Amino acid sequence: MKRVTRETEEAARKVTRRTLMLGGAMASMVAILGARMRYLQVDEADTFKLMAEENRINIRLIAPDRGLIQDRNGKVIAANEQNYRVVFTREGSDNVALVFQRLAGLIPMTAEDVTRNIEAVQSLGAYVPVIVAERLSWDDFSKVALNAPALPGVNTEMGLSRFYPLDRDFAHVVGYVGPVSERDLEGIDTPDPLLKIPKFQIGKTGVEKWLEDTLRGSAGSRRIEVNSAGRVMRELDREEGVPGTDIRLTIDAEVQNFAQARLGEESAAVVVMDVTNGDLICIASSPAFDPNLFVRGISHTDYNALMEHDHRPLANKTVSGAYPPGSTFKMVTAMAALEAGVATPGDQVSCPGYIDLGGRRFHCWSRSGHGRVTLDRSLRESCDVYYYEMAQRVGIDRIAEMGRKLGLGQRFDIPMSAIVDGILPNKAWKQERYKEDWVIGDTINASIGQGFVLTTPLQLAVMTARLATGRAVVPRLVHAVDDREVPVAEAPPLGLTAEHLAGVLDGMFQVVNDERGTAFSSRIVEPAMIMAGKTGTSQVRNITVAERDSGVISNVDLPWNRRDHALFVGYAPYDAPRYAISVVVEHGGGGSTVAAPIGRDVLLRALAGGLPPLEAYPASQRGRIETMLQELPLRDPVTGLVPDRIRA
Amino acid sequence: MSFMDYRLREAPTGLRKVLHLNWPLVVLIAAVCSVGILMLYSIAGGDFDVWAKRQAQVFGVGMALMFVVAMVPIWFWKNLSGVAYLVAFILLIFVEIMGETNMGAQRWIDLGFMQFQPSEMMKFTLVMVLATYYDWLDSKQTSHPLYVLIAVLLIVLPTVLVLMQPNLGTSLMLLLGGATVMFAAGVSLWYFAGVAALGVAAIAGVFLTRGTPWQFLLDYQYRRIDTFLDPTSDPLGAGYNIIQAQIALGSGGWSGKGFMQGTQSRLNFLPEKHTDFIFTTLAEEFGFVGAFTLLMLYALIIGFGIVAALQNRDRFSSLLIVGVVANFFFYIAVNLSMVMGMAPVVGVPLPLLSYGGSALLVILVGFGLVQSAHVHRPR
Repeated sequence: MKRVTRETEEAARKVTRRTLMLGGAMASMVAILGARMRYLQVDEADTFKLMAEENRINIRLIAPDRGLIQDRNGKVIAANEQNYRVVFTREGSDNVALVFQRLAGLIPMTAEDVTRNIEAVQSLGAYVPVIVAERLSWDDFSKVALNAPALPGVNTEMGLSRFYPLDRDFAHVVGYVGPVSERDLEGIDTPDPLLKIPKFQIGKTGVEKWLEDTLRGSAGSRRIEVNSAGRVMRELDREEGVPGTDIRLTIDAEVQNFAQARLGEESAAVVVMDVTNGDLICIASSPAFDPNLFVRGISHTDYNALMEHDHRPLANKTVSGAYPPGSTFKMVTAMAALEAGVATPGDQVSCPGYIDLGGRRFHCWSRSGHGRVTLDRSLRESCDVYYYEMAQRVGIDRIAEMGRKLGLGQRFDIPMSAIVDGILPNKAWKQERYKEDWVIGDTINASIGQGFVLTTPLQLAVMTARLATGRAVVPRLVHAVDDREVPVAEAPPLGLTAEHLAGVLDGMFQVVNDERGTAFSSRIVEPAMIMAGKTGTSQVRNITVAERDSGVISNVDLPWNRRDHALFVGYAPYDAPRYAISVVVEHGGGGSTVAAPIGRDVLLRALAGGLPPLEAYPASQRGRIETMLQELPLRDPVTGLVPDRIRA
Repeated sequence: MSFMDYRLREAPTGLRKVLHLNWPLVVLIAAVCSVGILMLYSIAGGDFDVWAKRQAQVFGVGMALMFVVAMVPIWFWKNLSGVAYLVAFILLIFVEIMGETNMGAQRWIDLGFMQFQPSEMMKFTLVMVLATYYDWLDSKQTSHPLYVLIAVLLIVLPTVLVLMQPNLGTSLMLLLGGATVMFAAGVSLWYFAGVAALGVAAIAGVFLTRGTPWQFLLDYQYRRIDTFLDPTSDPLGAGYNIIQAQIALGSGGWSGKGFMQGTQSRLNFLPEKHTDFIFTTLAEEFGFVGAFTLLMLYALIIGFGIVAALQNRDRFSSLLIVGVVANFFFYIAVNLSMVMGMAPVVGVPLPLLSYGGSALLVILVGFGLVQSAHVHRPR
């Protein structure tokens, strides 16, 4: 055959040679691939293992249950309610608009809500769950859950949200929670990771804010496996967090509710304090607001209405409101003079209705004067000239010192927001504040709680409690933490002479129980609940000479914000003091006509442990009081509901 | 050359041919295919029906076809090679026209039980026609420019048609496969050196002119090349696949995460995990041990193929075997380089492992030809 020639042999050898070259090249390539495999899977394995774990594992925090806030009897003031939510994940749905259209047919959702939600959903990643409806009723929630097959991408979720069942009663005390803001994070170096959970709520004001660390608890975490689209595949493990600690306040929710109702729509504050241990039984500021509005995200309209209200519902007047104490300050001046030894309870001062001093005339509220006045009478009939005299004798610095001793001009450490110091002026203070010398007129004004003196209702309550006991009672708001009662030490004595104290307290007794007393019409006749106290009416305007000559304009003829503040401080029972009270009604008119009746009613409510008993009132007033009590919009103790009137 | 050149009497006949099959190759191929079916089962999350079942069926049909092809004397296939090439070429043109008129860019013909891609058929018909061509050609003329040109045209014409589909991966394979046959046939190395030099010059030109007014490519095409070269520059876009593939591979470590335990694969971080990137799942679940074992199985298949080519004294048979084995090798090399981040991502499946009916069928038919050449080799 022609084929077996030298050329074909040569050609065959060439093919063999080339094939061997190819085989060698292929073997080299296999070696390179093997080396690369070894590099990736052996040398760099740890790096890639870590990357794979990072890919698949996410750590999500679990928000702990926030601690409850209760009143002294365990009634819940701040609760956690189930929040039924509907969330939507775009990944799970092909037709977003259709799903929302169906959803709007099931739960209350306006056309705007639908548009807004669709926009929100479209703007975020396909797998990011978006909350499209919150705080659904159980019925609506069930409807969504039942119709889930027709609502692709829609999921129902339950979470906890803060709820204040006693709404406005504790708005100022407990405050409210809200989502973490940039400002909240500013001052914190290493913020709790919980704060970064979207929509996590922290305390914004009041107890919620100041006891945030106790209430918050600590975060749990769950490690979850996600797929490449970010969808959660399964939970790998879970570590439960520690729920927040429950806090029991010293406040009695029913007394608080009574006080709020009694104050009505007045711009006013009431503080009731247990003189034996400092427990604040009631610390009410009026008007109040519903803190739940803030938790849910208050609307602009509602917020503006609160901001523009001339009665300042957002302000906590019990600790933030600083008022001239007026005649309720007279005990301080009296005690200062007595303790300084410049006067005795029996000293007589003559009151002609005014004194002239340093070229100015200082009037007593009684134009005709009181005649000869002793300590008890000066308090009973609230003679101003007596105190002008005492103040001149003792001097402002010792008055200020006594005021401080009795709890004025200072801040007490209670977990509430915007607490102010008030002002207890002395010479140094004026020099620093106004760069002016103290003049005698300043002392005269201060002696009757006018001029520079400013006190808060809480301070006035403390002052009364300290007078009633002679001890340095300190107010407190937290009764128990995690069901363990916070121990309270017996207050140390103030070191005041018993005889002097007895003289002042006797005067306060006569204010209420002597028929010439300024608060006689607010007396308590029940022997076990006898009240002592002092009224005050503090001016917020200067009365000109001309006006004084033509007759001082009556409060009712003045615009609201020019009227006098009405004040009352008191305690009961007289012989065994239990509760001290202070009442301030802004621009309320007279202390004896407006503040003292409120003080009596609230004190009786605290003492009686129920509605004030009619027998405690003078017989002539019972009919009127009965009607008044019946009409009070009190919260039903069982249902927790308030009659509709107050809402209107 | 006619079939008379074979020493017929010494070739086995009838059922005795089965004994003369290259059995190691058969066993190795079956082993790799089984691994592939197992992986498809795992990737589907333990579901046999999704991919594995169909792959197993095609595997059965393909093995049967391989045996049938192997039983038919090699000279029959050789005489058929020109016709087969022409048919494949016409079909390529046919689907090109169909694709354009249909708007759907359909590159396959529906045979009812499966979809047939003419480009797949072209893979082995090209090798066959080149082997036949060089067998026919006087060996002294191999490096004559005219005869080189004819071979180049035989390769380039179908390659261009496939490139227009567009199917970069397959056209690259046709080019490499054809060039290998030319190389084995003894075409002067100067031609290869020239082509290589031209290629380097073209690449250099592309990069050197960048930023000049006369740059070769458009800006976005340059950016694509950048991502090709450094996938980490676009980790969520074009580089995503290749980064995730390497994470899957690397995280498999020495012994892997276990069968069906691959997190990258199961949680969908891996792209195309049942087709082009199937190796990553295997490497993730069976680690370096598994991946290297597979590489060795492939190396053995290639090795047995090379040995078969060397044993065969028939020029056509040797070139045919080299062509088929080289094709097989290039698929493996390009695919593994791609998933291991050594080469840009081009759509090239991993032979015998990736899901895909016609690709698997073509490989098995190709090895049928190898077996036929082996059984009927001159002795």
